[in-house]
Amino acid sequence: MTATSPTARTGQVASAQPSARPGKRGDRTGAASRAPWLLLAPFLALFILTFVLPIFVAVGSSFTKVTRSGLFGEAGVKSEFAGFSNYAQALADGSFVASIGRMLLFGVVQVPVMIVLCTVLALMLESASAKWPGFFRAAYFLPYGVPGVIATILWSFLYVPGLSPLFDVAALVGLTPDFLGANTVLWSIANIVTWSYTGYNMLIIVAQLKAIPGELYEAAKVDGASTWRVALSIQLPLIRPALVLTTVFSIIGTLQLFAEAQVLKTVAPTIDSQYTPNLSAYTTAFAYNDYNVAAAQAVLIAVAAFVLSFAFLKFTNRKSS
Amino acid sequence: MTATVTPTSTSASPARTSAAGTRRSGSKGRPSTIIVTAVLVVVALYFLIPVYWVVVAATKSTEDLFSTNGFWFAPTVALWDNLAQVLSYDNGIFIRWFLNSVLYAGIGALLATYFAAAGGYALAKYEFRGRNLVFGTILGGVLVPGTATALPLFLLFSQLGLANTYWSVLLPSLVSPFGLFLCRIYSQATVDTSLIEAARLDGAGELRIFHTIGLRVLTPALVTVFLFQLVGIWNNYFLPLVMLSDSGLYPITLGLNNWLSQVDRLPEFYELTTGGVLLSIIPLSIAMVVLQRFWRGGLTEGSVK
Repeated sequence: MTATSPTARTGQVASAQPSARPGKRGDRTGAASRAPWLLLAPFLALFILTFVLPIFVAVGSSFTKVTRSGLFGEAGVKSEFAGFSNYAQALADGSFVASIGRMLLFGVVQVPVMIVLCTVLALMLESASAKWPGFFRAAYFLPYGVPGVIATILWSFLYVPGLSPLFDVAALVGLTPDFLGANTVLWSIANIVTWSYTGYNMLIIVAQLKAIPGELYEAAKVDGASTWRVALSIQLPLIRPALVLTTVFSIIGTLQLFAEAQVLKTVAPTIDSQYTPNLSAYTTAFAYNDYNVAAAQAVLIAVAAFVLSFAFLKFTNRKSS
Repeated sequence: MTATVTPTSTSASPARTSAAGTRRSGSKGRPSTIIVTAVLVVVALYFLIPVYWVVVAATKSTEDLFSTNGFWFAPTVALWDNLAQVLSYDNGIFIRWFLNSVLYAGIGALLATYFAAAGGYALAKYEFRGRNLVFGTILGGVLVPGTATALPLFLLFSQLGLANTYWSVLLPSLVSPFGLFLCRIYSQATVDTSLIEAARLDGAGELRIFHTIGLRVLTPALVTVFLFQLVGIWNNYFLPLVMLSDSGLYPITLGLNNWLSQVDRLPEFYELTTGGVLLSIIPLSIAMVVLQRFWRGGLTEGSVK
């Protein structure tokens, strides 16, 4: 507003008639230029408080070293710039690095299995061959309403020998499974995650399938394309955005894994306090009270999630072009 | 795990058997229908069996829980005793946890939806300096893992004296970058700019235009954002775990885990935990099934630009 009014008032420029209009509209643009900020204000204020500031705090404290003198720090607390020493300490911790490796292994197996499963389920539910699609959709989506902690408690009962009927069923076919052993517990967690999120991802894909225009199917029918052919040449290419979205969210989710491992720890002694990267950061912060190294770990996890999802997006973009 | 393998191996068969005409035409009794339905039933069993198990387990006494078949009911049904125990234990702490969850998720999701709608509408319908910067920053927030901010948020909130209060869980729940993203897309696609101009000519204020026209047109997207946020907060575990130490402020997830961690010492906590799990999954499961079509509707419209 201030920028337009001087030119309107002085009006030295030859054209006097357009200058009248901006002057009149000045009040309107004034209100209109305040309005978006007013509308954005509550969101932005909370976003800054709960996203931007914590990120600065995390990065800041990851580069800080706090030394306390006296038993409880009563003789003064001294903070100083620590360079990368917290990061060095985090990365020198074999268990923390191992937990990242464990999550990569987990992601390489669990994410593709889940994405393939939910895509196949979505295609089957949307095909004319499916009976009662509404019932099945609801049944598959139901676990999403069960919080991860509750889902883990549920499955942990099914993993414990003596309590779980799964062992009786397995015994019938001559198997003695060990769901909580050192080598199997990771896949027991993968099963809980798959159980929880397959239906949700399936629903995103179903939504995208429903957005495919009917003429495409009609055209394929005229050309005599088989169901298999329709799935490969029409449906899969057109649901690509949904597949990319669900995969990126799954990658981020994998690196964040916490509740499942932490809850299963109570029945599975093979899960240690640094089993996943987040569990590691939590332990560092609250068991060892070393917030600075924990902050460095949190930053490393966020960076790893960002790099992986970014790399995946780049990879899929290059493949499509 | 077995259920996850079967669909991939059998899904090829309907393709081989069905001709072009199968799609969108009634095909009852065809082999493909039988095979597809059989696979869907097997997968449904995988998703429903744990829920069925907890229903059965909640009807049993602690002795029966370990001595009878887990997939079938015991001769004596102790369901009401168990549930009464869940609700009365420790002066009804379970009800308190439940109400806390309702408070965090209900109020959090409602306000978060309103804020996301206002922000998304503003970013879609106004041209202003810094718009792209603001949107880019918020979009970056979608990719920041929630657990990465929880620890530093705890440090920040302890300095502000907010840690271990209702606010410490509620405030972070009020922000939904993904919700704002959806609302922006939906505003661009559906809110008619000429309608806004007409309201302006009638002398309506900008905020009034948003509240009367914007919110009404955005309603389908708002339902989706609300549900996302509701489930997100209801399922959240890490944030309250980090923030809260007073068990009176716990949401249900934290409370039930508290009970589970005691089963080693006191076996009666098995009863409390299974009963509590049953009670806690009933409301949201019903909501999931009833509100399923809203998820679908909102998502489809959001994805069509």
